Amino acid sequence: MKEKVVVEGFADNLDARNRKGMIWHVLFQASTVIGIIALIALMLNIINGAFGYVAYEARVDPDTLAVDGVPLTDQSKDQLVALLQSTLSSGAYNKLENDKPFADRSREEVYQLVLERIVRPEVVQVWNLWPSLTQADEIRTTLAKEHPEAELDFVSWLSTDFVSRPQTSEPFTAGVRTAILGSLWTILFTILLAFPIGVGAAIYLEEYASDTWLNRLIQTNINNLAGVPSIVYGILGLAIFVRTLEPLTSGEVFGLVDPTTANGRTVLSAGLTLGLLVLPIIIINAQEAIRAVPRSLRNASFGVGATKWQTVWSHVLPNAMPGILTGTILAISRAIGETAPLVVVGASTAISFDPSSPFSKFTTLPIQIYQWTSRPQDEFRSLAAATILVLLILLLSLNASAVLLRNRFSRKY
Amino acid sequence: MVVLSWKKTLEHKASVSNLRRKVRWGETIIQGLLFFSGFFSIFITLGIVYELGKEALLFFQMPEVNLLATLTTTEWKPHIGKFGIWPLLNATLMTTLIAMLIAIPLGMAVAIYLSEYAKPRVRNTLKPILEVLAGIPTIVYGYFALTFMTPLLREIFGRDVVQIYNTASAGLVMGILILPLITSMTEDALSAVPRALREAAYGMGATKLEVALQIVVPAALSGIAAAIIVGISRAIGETMIVAVAAGAGPNFTLNPFEGAETLTGHIVRISGGDLSYDSIDYNSIFALGLFLFLVTLTLNIISQAIVRRFREVYE
Repeated sequence: MKEKVVVEGFADNLDARNRKGMIWHVLFQASTVIGIIALIALMLNIINGAFGYVAYEARVDPDTLAVDGVPLTDQSKDQLVALLQSTLSSGAYNKLENDKPFADRSREEVYQLVLERIVRPEVVQVWNLWPSLTQADEIRTTLAKEHPEAELDFVSWLSTDFVSRPQTSEPFTAGVRTAILGSLWTILFTILLAFPIGVGAAIYLEEYASDTWLNRLIQTNINNLAGVPSIVYGILGLAIFVRTLEPLTSGEVFGLVDPTTANGRTVLSAGLTLGLLVLPIIIINAQEAIRAVPRSLRNASFGVGATKWQTVWSHVLPNAMPGILTGTILAISRAIGETAPLVVVGASTAISFDPSSPFSKFTTLPIQIYQWTSRPQDEFRSLAAATILVLLILLLSLNASAVLLRNRFSRKY
Repeated sequence: MVVLSWKKTLEHKASVSNLRRKVRWGETIIQGLLFFSGFFSIFITLGIVYELGKEALLFFQMPEVNLLATLTTTEWKPHIGKFGIWPLLNATLMTTLIAMLIAIPLGMAVAIYLSEYAKPRVRNTLKPILEVLAGIPTIVYGYFALTFMTPLLREIFGRDVVQIYNTASAGLVMGILILPLITSMTEDALSAVPRALREAAYGMGATKLEVALQIVVPAALSGIAAAIIVGISRAIGETMIVAVAAGAGPNFTLNPFEGAETLTGHIVRISGGDLSYDSIDYNSIFALGLFLFLVTLTLNIISQAIVRRFREVYE
């Protein structure tokens, strides 16, 4: 007969301890669920705002603008230009001509102008996606009672038109093309500044730097710079690039000044400011990539008589390049989403022309979102939601390519 | 014969020593360029300190501005000459506090779950989700705060209690923003604790919870403290969420349901308008920016010092 050995005082409160453990386990799981719920709420909220019913009234009925029985939508560019000339005041017409001559504008652009200036649809009310789907009939009846003149349309604020139209002040004709191009131009200069200097600094710190106080200072400094708030970089950019280096960044030195602004608030300043911001990120990531290349490769290269730079250029860098590129893509993602530094540097608020040179005024996707979100009217919130979707799609593709790069090229030595 | 071989030896010696002492100009130039790249970051820091300091000095030298008054009074109304920093600082502290109340408990809970409890498959799905949360631009969080969190708070607490712009919704959304940061840093710290400690505790009969809370967390405490400090530093410097959702005017209040502008929101609002150089508003941006820079720099240095001094090294 075997006796069970029970140690005194050991298993007394085992049940209580196990129960406590289970409660905390549930709490930990609940926290994780809360995080996931927050993300889902965020996505659903944005999608909810980007589609829905819109009730609008046109100031001038488009049907009355038909010429010789030809409706407005089918009129030729010359007819539309003539319409603009006869309806607008001469001052307004001349200003449009000065901004961009009508001969240079496409028919689509002139049609948008007609809609914007003459037809002028005014938004009466905007509904989000969920009410539009579930309460469509109620919306129709209330609208028929309160605003019998208004038309009701289901608008998908995010559309191919939205992406290809320039920015305007009217919600129906607004698009984000100006902002997308502004973002791309800015990122170009960011990478031109940050990539060479960043990779160079990483190579220096990993390959050439000995353990002196100066090199340790440089390393600490880079780690600290990574934690500085982005708005401080914006203020720095304002002081240095916009103000002190104004002749350079506004293009005076090159004789390419934008006639409407002639100051330093240009795409170049924005790109350089963001370049300073992402520099620490690129350096830290490139350092990790270079560190991952095994010493044996370097030693083998030295063994056949290569100099230090030859080793770095032909052996270390090619092997570290996937990691460096991943880090660069992450830095680009960070830079594309930055708003605060660019607001301080001076992104334009009302700009409808694509940036044509490094010295033009600019706006970017996040700035567009910020401006539209700050307006009190509902229709601008919907535009902001659509722009957010564009931005998120852009970032998602960037990050997906970074992950693909990382997985494809990660070799185990 | 001896003379010939002696000559050859001399030549041989000369050529060998030439090879050894050959100065490769290309290498030196490249090394110089790389050193410059490395040193460039020092320029950035010096630039920040110099530019911000210079304009901030101009600000404090203006007749209406007094350093002591800035740090002690509670009204920020530049047009009548009042420059007390406390309304802005108070709003920043309030949003940071609310954000930390969300981010620290939830962040640590998720980190403990990920490192102690979760199966590898769950971990591999959760970590990308956290990375996605961390990668969303802050302006999107700002939109979320204004269009979802504020109406939600107004539903829960009543439309009279909660204003349209309030620091509570900005703080809550900021907490969601910072949560992934705290989770990833805490999880790194927890994973660095060697398995041997856990196994020893299990061997003595501890439950999973006891191992997690009484063995692993205390061992990783320095990393956790560093994570919290970095989170606070991030919250202080956060701009767009508060610019969109927290309010557009300095307001010294302890009520989180009222609108109040933070340090960063103020900088953004002032620089979004038309600024003339050397006006008092322009210079005030630099003073505030310098203050922000020094505060976040100090916090980051403290967090690195904590990790260096208190990290427990086991193996």
